[in-house]
Amino acid sequence: MSKKVGKKLLEINDLLIEADIEGEWKPIINSLSMTLERGEIIGLIGESGAGKSTFGLTALGYTKPGCRIVSGSIKLDGVELVGKSDAELRKIRGNRVAYVAQSAAASFNPAHTLAEQFTESPVQHGKMKMSEARKRSVEMFRLLDMPDPENIGERYPHQVSGGQLQRAMTAMALGSDPDIIIFDEPTTALDVTTQIEVLGAIKEAVKARNVAAIYISHDLAVVAQMADRMMVLRYGDLIEEGNAREMLANPKQEYTQKLLNVRSQRVGRTGLDEEDIQLNVENITARYPGTNIDVLTNVNVNVVKGKTVAVVGESGSGKSTLARVITGLLPPSQGSVKFHGRELTPALKTRPKKDLQSIQMIYQMADVAMNPRQKIKDIIGRPLEFYLGITGKQHDDRVLDLLRKIELPEDYAERYPLQLSGGEKQRVCIARALAAEPELIICDEVTSALDQLVAEGILDLLLNLQKELDVSYLFITHDLATVKAIADEIVVMYQGGVVEQGAKADILAPPYAPYTELLLSSVPEMDPDWLDNLVEKRQRGELPTSESLGQS
Amino acid sequence: MLAQRLSLGLVTLFVISLIIFLGVSLLPGDAAQAMLGQSATPETVAALRLQMGLDQPGYLRYFSWLGGILQGDFGISISNQRQIGELLGGRFANTLFLAVMAAIISVPIALTLGILAALYRNSVYDRLVNVITLSSISTPEFFVAYILILVFAVNLGWFPSLANVSPDTPFFARIYACILPATTLTLVVVAHMMRMTRAAIISLLASPYIEMAALKGIPKWQIIVRHALPNAWAPIINVIVINLAYLIVGVVIVEVVFVYPGLGQLLVDSVQRRDLPVVQACSLIFAATYVLLNLIADILSILTNPRLLHPK
Repeated sequence: MSKKVGKKLLEINDLLIEADIEGEWKPIINSLSMTLERGEIIGLIGESGAGKSTFGLTALGYTKPGCRIVSGSIKLDGVELVGKSDAELRKIRGNRVAYVAQSAAASFNPAHTLAEQFTESPVQHGKMKMSEARKRSVEMFRLLDMPDPENIGERYPHQVSGGQLQRAMTAMALGSDPDIIIFDEPTTALDVTTQIEVLGAIKEAVKARNVAAIYISHDLAVVAQMADRMMVLRYGDLIEEGNAREMLANPKQEYTQKLLNVRSQRVGRTGLDEEDIQLNVENITARYPGTNIDVLTNVNVNVVKGKTVAVVGESGSGKSTLARVITGLLPPSQGSVKFHGRELTPALKTRPKKDLQSIQMIYQMADVAMNPRQKIKDIIGRPLEFYLGITGKQHDDRVLDLLRKIELPEDYAERYPLQLSGGEKQRVCIARALAAEPELIICDEVTSALDQLVAEGILDLLLNLQKELDVSYLFITHDLATVKAIADEIVVMYQGGVVEQGAKADILAPPYAPYTELLLSSVPEMDPDWLDNLVEKRQRGELPTSESLGQS
Repeated sequence: MLAQRLSLGLVTLFVISLIIFLGVSLLPGDAAQAMLGQSATPETVAALRLQMGLDQPGYLRYFSWLGGILQGDFGISISNQRQIGELLGGRFANTLFLAVMAAIISVPIALTLGILAALYRNSVYDRLVNVITLSSISTPEFFVAYILILVFAVNLGWFPSLANVSPDTPFFARIYACILPATTLTLVVVAHMMRMTRAAIISLLASPYIEMAALKGIPKWQIIVRHALPNAWAPIINVIVINLAYLIVGVVIVEVVFVYPGLGQLLVDSVQRRDLPVVQACSLIFAATYVLLNLIADILSILTNPRLLHPK
């Protein structure tokens, strides 16, 4: 490859992309430009719908189905990509420009081993023979710190953990020595502690191979660790562009400031002295039917009336299973759930209506938690009829009242879920839970699928409702920022057990339990040096790592 | 899992045998009456019934029938007094021969057409293949069969119109005789298999790993064959097997048109002659074939699933 002096590696100019939205072509990228030098990492930041993935993918000359490039130019090493034939673009893809997708679990073909998928691209592009490519895979797996790099390639995707898959995907992208790698939210689907390790591995590998990268993420703090330069996008427009450090220290645009402030901690509420314990989870041990592994072992959790208990832990720690046990969806093999000191029957089927009414649930995916063919008023109105027997005029008034409570206009009553945005749908789910007039609401990752600013709004709403209605929350989440924002008490779960439970101020202040410290130290901070410092501290043994805790 | 499916298959067969027996018993008249014809006096019919054991209660007759089958004894044909087992053996082999021949022609054609249709979906080729295969499946089989006979046997004189084979017909002569019936069957089953192959592949084309393959610079046909097809096997296998079962069980009309001495024709003849033991035996064999093929489909589906094949 001839490196022409003075030419940028990638130059995108005035790119206009349109998408087919319900039969009409509408612009989703408005004349964006970008340049990328050799070895440089640029971060694309924005919420969903900002167009950051669409824009990033154009470096491959690729647009998603239903999108088209209307005008502008994309030059890779001075060669125009717009208007090139599929066959010509194919020579670039996976060869000079490689792609790392968000969900490695979905982006690896389940029918082939990791090595088969690794070798495919270099062999296809005529860069290596099969045996060379195979050797190369071992080398790259090692570069990304994967366990047993000689043999892990023989495994199928489902035989490897999510974090390992994401590393394998980065290794695969490096396979044919590309000039540019596009990282499309590569760590978003991972747990915080895993994210840190993968992030570290990616950063090191990218540095070692001196490739340029486009790093796409909604998480400013993550991008801050990776990028030299950042571009903030919103609705296909450029909001702000500049040096990463400068932008973090001194954001010029209001929108960037908002994104930055999302993680600022709120003041925790005090006054936890009155011990009106509402829910008592005692020594719960539970396993799923047909398995012989306990998902929960000896779990004890207390919820005080009118307070928020945040259950925090990584995937597989048993937090959602705990919710299933409390609601009666999964009868425990040992232990009991007490509500106001009275034991609830283990199985949902045998619980009286009154008990069902007093514990309601809100789910992560508002989309699938609602019947798409029912109007909002029917979705909210159903619990009114079912639990409270309210019908007629009173019923309609209640529905409107609930809509006001969740800060949605009254005419939403006649709408269908599909006509609502993600945040609005989650509000409707909150209204449905409130309609039953519960004493406790279990919130299972209710903000995880939402954009940061929208999630912020939902959390505010939940807190206001709590003040107004004195309802308690059992708030299940993997996101420590959320925990900091709304919890009165924190329960830390790890591998099916409770690590510690206590007031927020106590848990989040030293001395920490080792696992809590690992979790806390893994939350990315808006400091470009944070990742490097953290890796250093962990290497010196000042902070715990997953390995030092014996985690797989 | 395998043991569970096997036992489930056996239970299904048992239930089917019960239904067949009950169904045949519900027919007006019985074997004794059928054998003696309409002019028989009630006394002779009663005597024959006694001799054939037809006077016994239904459940006893059912169990003796079932017990016989379990020992390989299908009973005796009423119309020609021969062992039904002997009668069925040759016929079933013929039916299998025709089915296998049709399958060998139709399955590769269907798969190839389906993969190509997925590759060039919504193109002129895709529509053309769809129109042709859909027309051929919508045309009644006897009509297809007679058209083929008219063109290739009568007008062109390339192939025989009758597929009259006997146990000592040599192998290649047998294939030659079976060309027209096998072609008819192919035309009938290709559309279903081809459309399922196309649909199964296309439904996977929106998967992230297909997009990933495209972004790795893999050519389109390789994406289809290497990345989509291996994950589409389960539904495709199921449709193939349903069609194979049809090739064995549903060939009655084709056998009659071409006067091919298969099981289907035997069934039709036996119904005409009210040879109920033979009807029962044929039905049971058809049912067993169906159950067995579906069992094979289940097992193959498991074998093509990497998650089940390579556990953690």
